[in-house]
Amino acid sequence: MSFISELSHRDRVFDFLTPTLSPVDVRHGPILYMDGVTVTFDGFRAINDLSLTIDDGELRCIIGPNGAGKTTMMDIITGKTRPDTGSVWFGSRHNLLTKSEPDIASLGIGRKFQKPTVFEALSIFENLELAMSADKRVFPSLTARMTGETIDRIEEVLTTVGLTRLRHRAAGILSHGQKQWLEIGMLLMQKPRLLLVDEPVAGMTEQEMERTAELLTSLAGKQSVVVVEHDMGFVRSIARTVTVLHQGSVLAEGTMDQVSNDPKVIEVYLGEGA
Amino acid sequence: MWLTRPLSERSTQLFLGILFIAMLLVTVLHVALPEGHALHVSAYTVTLLGKYLCYALLAVAVDLVWGYLGILSLGHGAFFALGGYAMGMYLMRQIGDRGVYGDPLLPDFMVFLNWDALPWYWQGFDMAWFAVIMVLLAPGLLALVFGFLAFRSRVTGVYLSIITQALTFALMLAFFRNEMGFGGNNGLTDFKDILGFNLRTDATRLGLFLATGVALAVGYIVCRAIVASKLGRVSIACRDAEARTRFLGYRVERVQLFVFVVSAMLAGVAGALYVPQVGIINPSEFSPLFSIEIVVWVALGGRATLYGAVIGAVLVNYAKTVFTGIMPDAWLFALGALFVLVTVFLPKGIAGLLPSLRRPKVGDDPAAPGPGHDPGYDPDHDPDQAADAQSPANREATV
Repeated sequence: MSFISELSHRDRVFDFLTPTLSPVDVRHGPILYMDGVTVTFDGFRAINDLSLTIDDGELRCIIGPNGAGKTTMMDIITGKTRPDTGSVWFGSRHNLLTKSEPDIASLGIGRKFQKPTVFEALSIFENLELAMSADKRVFPSLTARMTGETIDRIEEVLTTVGLTRLRHRAAGILSHGQKQWLEIGMLLMQKPRLLLVDEPVAGMTEQEMERTAELLTSLAGKQSVVVVEHDMGFVRSIARTVTVLHQGSVLAEGTMDQVSNDPKVIEVYLGEGA
Repeated sequence: MWLTRPLSERSTQLFLGILFIAMLLVTVLHVALPEGHALHVSAYTVTLLGKYLCYALLAVAVDLVWGYLGILSLGHGAFFALGGYAMGMYLMRQIGDRGVYGDPLLPDFMVFLNWDALPWYWQGFDMAWFAVIMVLLAPGLLALVFGFLAFRSRVTGVYLSIITQALTFALMLAFFRNEMGFGGNNGLTDFKDILGFNLRTDATRLGLFLATGVALAVGYIVCRAIVASKLGRVSIACRDAEARTRFLGYRVERVQLFVFVVSAMLAGVAGALYVPQVGIINPSEFSPLFSIEIVVWVALGGRATLYGAVIGAVLVNYAKTVFTGIMPDAWLFALGALFVLVTVFLPKGIAGLLPSLRRPKVGDDPAAPGPGHDPGYDPDHDPDQAADAQSPANREATV
């Protein structure tokens, strides 16, 4: 039925005529647009009427207490969870709710998980090779050859994340912090337009945290980066705009100083009566 | 060309070299030396070795899906048997009117069941080329349909193993029925000749042995080419972190399906070469026990090495031949003990004992194999080598 009703709109290009994997259209500003999204798990509203826009090239931090819906929000953007209501658009052309996980990944949304997951049996170099944006169907993978161009690209990312020296070692030997960087490197190999980074500094030492902050800020501008993080010190060191989530919707948004002085935020973080 | 890439790898060259030297040795010892000579290899031994090589190819196929893709198939015997039945049907049609009942068209068991016409699915099997296609197509199609349904629903791990087990069990029950038209309980047997060569002559037996050796070599190269390609690294990624691979944009279920179908076809080829050498195919090849035994060979030899599967298959079956000759009742206990001992003391299997010939410079070379499982193969470190002082022909047993 929706197909037929669409045909009656003669003033615009029918949706089914636009190629599904066309480039992301950010002429209108936002690269990610979420509106009125609600998800319910067994009666529990994990996300409640969430609306959020991320501009192209922005570095956005998302904070919030446990259970605020941060990870669920990422699940929705990457297609792992489908919302009950609402709309999620990537640029002004791609409706993410109609796309599968691999499609969303190839559109240019990369995600780093809370727990670093790298392929431990493969070398760091091979981990990056698999992550590289390429034709990922079965037969092209079977016949793929490594060109000088791809090697250069992998070496470039290795330098960015500082793992050049270890490139032929199995990823299983890396420390926790190094695995996090390898994950970010794998994201960069996909040349994503939008990076979703879930708790990048969990379990890192001070120095590792500083390097991660440098890495993420250097990425912003070229890519849009969304960071979900608990560590306030870290958020303060990288954030330009901060969004506070609470019980599945946006509680406050602004610079770090603005939100940390917001009475609602103080109440949520410090408890009632504070 | 991706298929020829393994030929430049040292481990593959070594494997193929040892295989071909062993084949040559057996041929020379069989043909040149007179019977009764201490080093003469009898026609019986040649066929036995041919059988081992069929098992070796089957084990390589299982290692491809289990070792590199993490799919523990407990039903690969089904693909092996389907390939075997396709070959068996060709061999039955070749008997012609030389059967006991002398019917020019119908195999003996159909005459016995009072059938008056050839079932439709027996058409075409009088032509060798058709049989060869069916040897690949029958297991391939079954794997395609089964794999499509299973992988699309993201069935993995123990559940998939159990379903593959159920698959082969169901096929066994089906093939036991006379109405299926595959000879029921007795299966297909009493073969006369293949491609015009009499199956009972020594020359044909030697030819089949050599053909099996070549098939093993080709199968090994195909598997190695897949494993050493980017697709092989994607397979390992699927094995270790399936969800992560999906987020990278790979269609995990298609990778699984492709590798599974290739593996099933290789198993079918192994079955097709097995049948003319043992002279019979019956539903017992579908038995779940046989499929589990294949997995034991691979586990013993060493997973995710390919050559480990070959070593495992040949050694275990050699041990089986010896044991069932000496103490038939003790064999299953010996197999069980062997499995426990290897799992406890050699988690990487027998292949884990072999010294690494080189440390590959992984990454500099695009065709470089996956890490950790590329030690070269050295037959002199084969633990069973010392045990068989019987004749150089048994050297074959370690290839």
